[in-house]
Amino acid sequence: MSETAKLTYGGAINAALARCLEQMPETLLFGEDVALPGGVHGVTRGLRKAYGERVFDTPISETAMLGAAVGASMMGRRPIVEIMWADFMLVAFDQIVNQAANVRYVSEGRLSAPMTIRTQQGNSPGACAQHSQNLEALLLHVPGIRVAMPSQAQDAYDLTLSAVACDDPVVVIENRTLYAGAKAEVQIGGPIAPIGGHRLRRAGDDVTVVTWGAITSSVEAAVDATGVSADVIEAVWLNPFDTDGVLASVRRTGRLMVVHEANLTGGFGAEVVARVVESGVSLSAPPIRVGARDSRIPAAVQLAKAILPQTDDIAAALRSLAAR
Amino acid sequence: MEGNVKDEQLADLLSMWRIRALEETILQLRLDGDVVGSVHLENGQEAVAVGACRTLRPQDAVFSTYRGHGWAMARGVPAEKILAELLYRRTGVNGGRGGSAHFSAPEYGFYGENSIVGAGAPIAVGAALAAKFDGSGRVALTVFGDGAMNQGGVSEALNMAAAMDLPVVFICENNKYSELTPINDMVRNPDLSARAHALGIPAVRIDGNDAAQVATAVGLAIMTAEHGRGPTFIEAFTRRITGHYIGDAQMYRPAGELEADKKVEPIVRLKNALAAQGVAASTLEAVEQRARTEIATAAERALAAPLTDPSTAREHLYV
Repeated sequence: MSETAKLTYGGAINAALARCLEQMPETLLFGEDVALPGGVHGVTRGLRKAYGERVFDTPISETAMLGAAVGASMMGRRPIVEIMWADFMLVAFDQIVNQAANVRYVSEGRLSAPMTIRTQQGNSPGACAQHSQNLEALLLHVPGIRVAMPSQAQDAYDLTLSAVACDDPVVVIENRTLYAGAKAEVQIGGPIAPIGGHRLRRAGDDVTVVTWGAITSSVEAAVDATGVSADVIEAVWLNPFDTDGVLASVRRTGRLMVVHEANLTGGFGAEVVARVVESGVSLSAPPIRVGARDSRIPAAVQLAKAILPQTDDIAAALRSLAAR
Repeated sequence: MEGNVKDEQLADLLSMWRIRALEETILQLRLDGDVVGSVHLENGQEAVAVGACRTLRPQDAVFSTYRGHGWAMARGVPAEKILAELLYRRTGVNGGRGGSAHFSAPEYGFYGENSIVGAGAPIAVGAALAAKFDGSGRVALTVFGDGAMNQGGVSEALNMAAAMDLPVVFICENNKYSELTPINDMVRNPDLSARAHALGIPAVRIDGNDAAQVATAVGLAIMTAEHGRGPTFIEAFTRRITGHYIGDAQMYRPAGELEADKKVEPIVRLKNALAAQGVAASTLEAVEQRARTEIATAAERALAAPLTDPSTAREHLYV
């Protein structure tokens, strides 16, 4: 069944969605501009034509859209909703936090909400403050939902399938700067993996770097530029988070650095550091976090650069940690 | 024909007494300390739930507010399971995880209360959306108060249901109070149904203290939905003859209002109507007694059931 195709990150998501619609008749795909226009980022292009009324456009009403996903999933459908920008999910956070996350628990398992929210986040040149935020920590503070964040085409394909097949609400956070990147060989049609796990992007002995999202490529560049021998663990699933996988690496390296594009205070990096420290694993240096400064995000490219972690910042932190 | 109407009215009276007796029992359990936390009773509003639920079919789905004990019971959830839920017993519909304000019983077509004002409306739209694809013929009914009309999500839900011709029945129980504040102080146009009209949804304003009127309106709404013509909005006027929650001193009510409301509350009205038709006082008393006995037995059983085991508290977070 499995074959390979040359796909962009966006194309891989499109292929995964097509497979979901093809193989899971209970799936629905909806959101703003996703059907006839094919999505503002083009990710859902062609799906309306191929799968008809199960793919449809909605009003610009995030609350109605997400509430509809909650209700449809309670009734046995498997809705896939696109929230065009993660920032927009905030206008409908009630339906995620108070509604979707509670369905299974409060009903004592009599009901469930197998819905997938696809969104994308992060800064891109010129994006304003309301289109630039990295909001994963807000979601990770909410028991009852799952969170995935792929940055490579293969993971975009695999995680989308795992999310849709999952019987709990899952938020898949994509990144628009990756959609139209270079094409890569993607295995398609293989078995659907269960949720969870991490990806080892670089293997080394002296530092463990945990990261997620589009900034993973900056971390890889920093490791390559510095020549530091480091494990680079990309946490493609943030909930469930593979704590054991991180601990196994830190036990070997004795040094931990966490890098995320989100700002530091209350970021998930703090949680990763806390878990490692609490485990009692022996560390040869205090852990380091690298993230955006605690600030709003300016539209001006040169100002945004001063706020968001750059490859040089990551490299400098890595050098200093490796030297301790 | 007349006999049928009378039988239907006696059945409605029994259903309303069951809810009233349930709510009075819950009040007592709350005052005794057996039930804790915030509890919202629907005394005076029973006719809306009774008229609506006797019209719904098994495949239909109800989404209520936290003032939902009576809606659950009208949908067929046994009183014992509701009381056990409020008492955090193993035998409660959700083993105590929902409590008074957030329980569900999907096996009875009761998809749950909601403790966020207006949040059930978008979810009901989703249940109706599912019906478009699953062949169930389901109609989703969502009930909320007048205050919920000022939540954005309700407007979004109304519009999306209208735009997609989805089978939703929106019932706005207008009891004049947006929690503790008069609704008319919170709107310029007191005709809440006008908002539905403006969105292209057929809307009616009815006497919500008359179960028969509610049943007729819901029946028409179901027919509309069945013909693929989408949602209906029903503004049902009623009066809450108790506080917004147990302990609400109701200082906001003008003098004499509560007394006046109690004269037109649905049980009193239906009793008077039946008496006027020649139904004996002893028959009417027997209806009340039957309901009270049923609820008292249910309460005894619920109280006797074991509390839900704390070791289960972490179960069912994820699949």
